[in-house]
Amino acid sequence: MRRQVAIVGYGGTKFSRDETQIDSELLSATKSLFDNSPNLTQRDIEAVLVSTNNDSKYLSTILSERCGISPKISHQVENLCNSGTSAIVSAYAYIVSGLADVVLVAGADKHDEGIRKVIEWDCYRGEYKHPIFWASFFTRAYKRKYGTTDEDLAIVSAKNHRNAQDNPNAYSKKAYSIEEIMKSKRITDDLRILDCSRSCTGASAILLASEDVARKFTEEPVWIKGIGQKTGPSQFTKFNDYSSMSTSKEAGQNAFKMAKMDPHDVDVSEIHDAFTVCELMAIEDLGLVSKGNGAKFVKTLYDTDDRKINPRGGVIGAGHVFGATGIAQVIEIAEQLQGKAKKRQVKNAQVGLVHNMSAAATSSNVMVLQS
Amino acid sequence: MNKFESELERGNFVTSECSNCKEIVWPPSDFCSKCLGNVKWRDVLKNGKLLEFSIKDGKIFGIAEFENKIRVISTLKSSEIGEPKIGQDLILENCGFKDGNYSFTSILAL
Repeated sequence: MRRQVAIVGYGGTKFSRDETQIDSELLSATKSLFDNSPNLTQRDIEAVLVSTNNDSKYLSTILSERCGISPKISHQVENLCNSGTSAIVSAYAYIVSGLADVVLVAGADKHDEGIRKVIEWDCYRGEYKHPIFWASFFTRAYKRKYGTTDEDLAIVSAKNHRNAQDNPNAYSKKAYSIEEIMKSKRITDDLRILDCSRSCTGASAILLASEDVARKFTEEPVWIKGIGQKTGPSQFTKFNDYSSMSTSKEAGQNAFKMAKMDPHDVDVSEIHDAFTVCELMAIEDLGLVSKGNGAKFVKTLYDTDDRKINPRGGVIGAGHVFGATGIAQVIEIAEQLQGKAKKRQVKNAQVGLVHNMSAAATSSNVMVLQS
Repeated sequence: MNKFESELERGNFVTSECSNCKEIVWPPSDFCSKCLGNVKWRDVLKNGKLLEFSIKDGKIFGIAEFENKIRVISTLKSSEIGEPKIGQDLILENCGFKDGNYSFTSILAL
């Protein structure tokens, strides 16, 4: 039987538009993890993984040295916007294989550096490389298929900005009305500025441990029950349907299968809302709601202040740190399942889901966690 | 600069095609993604169709598909008033490569 793997510690920095150096961000997030984990010593950590899109080299070795860690294994993981969960999956694999019992994963980036890389990549987008262009296609296709309105999309943004107010590490400190969002600056005929997430500087760190040692670090381990990943073509233009994210759908199915659960079991979710339409598409593709009913579902959440989708404010409210977002999402679900999410807490949350995707959902990672 | 880019710089839109199984290899590559055979280069037929579009500051752009496989994002020109239609025919008017950036412009057919 496969060894169980738990989340046993975490820490992070506030997401911002600061110019802080990436090694400082990584160090601060890791220091915060140690501060939150009184039973953890540097000698406990056998592997250190850094997730980032930054050009700096050898960051896992540098971070280890600065923290006084002498790991057996250390390396960097890059996979655009889902770098964070990709690194966590690697850590999981190290633990399950027996190569390590305790793994530190730290992710960081500086604002706009990831976006610059996107612009260097998939040149067949011509002069339309920026993510706002794929998001415009997705939004138009989704609205055409399901009759979704601008107000439906604005509600996603209003909900996530409001939720972010109770997240001390969130970039956005302002809640917006639906009307303000619908009147915000127009980017394309299909998108307004408040439909978009914003690239930020920041870092998140998480500690994973095997079932053999997990309770040394916490009395409330959160177990990774399911992992699903799917990589599609690097070019989103190859999709058959621009109103659906097929890699997210398949990754979700794989994660639920591994966890021996289904979408009805999920109490709380972190969804990769790079743009408002992505939240609606993702919750439908993951089976959390039936196709075409995402907007109605999110409106109910907004009207009732139900935080089961994106309680930390999502990527739109919390800000997007390419290397750290996936880790921050997993930390949020861990806090929810431990009952430590304070004002953001979803009552009686037992099972949580994380959805983290890259580059127009050309690849997706989904994780199912349980308290 | 690779073969695709050097041709694009001259205004030629080309693709790689497998010499063995005749599969269009897109995005262009040195070997066939289906059988890993060697490729040859040829011009792309300029008649295509529109798969999706959006508009920024009055400028229309969209996903153009050629030969039922090759897809790029193209600036779109039209003599018609109003929005384009999904599936509408188009013709590649020009393409280029400057300062590391590709560009494609197509004319929507009436």
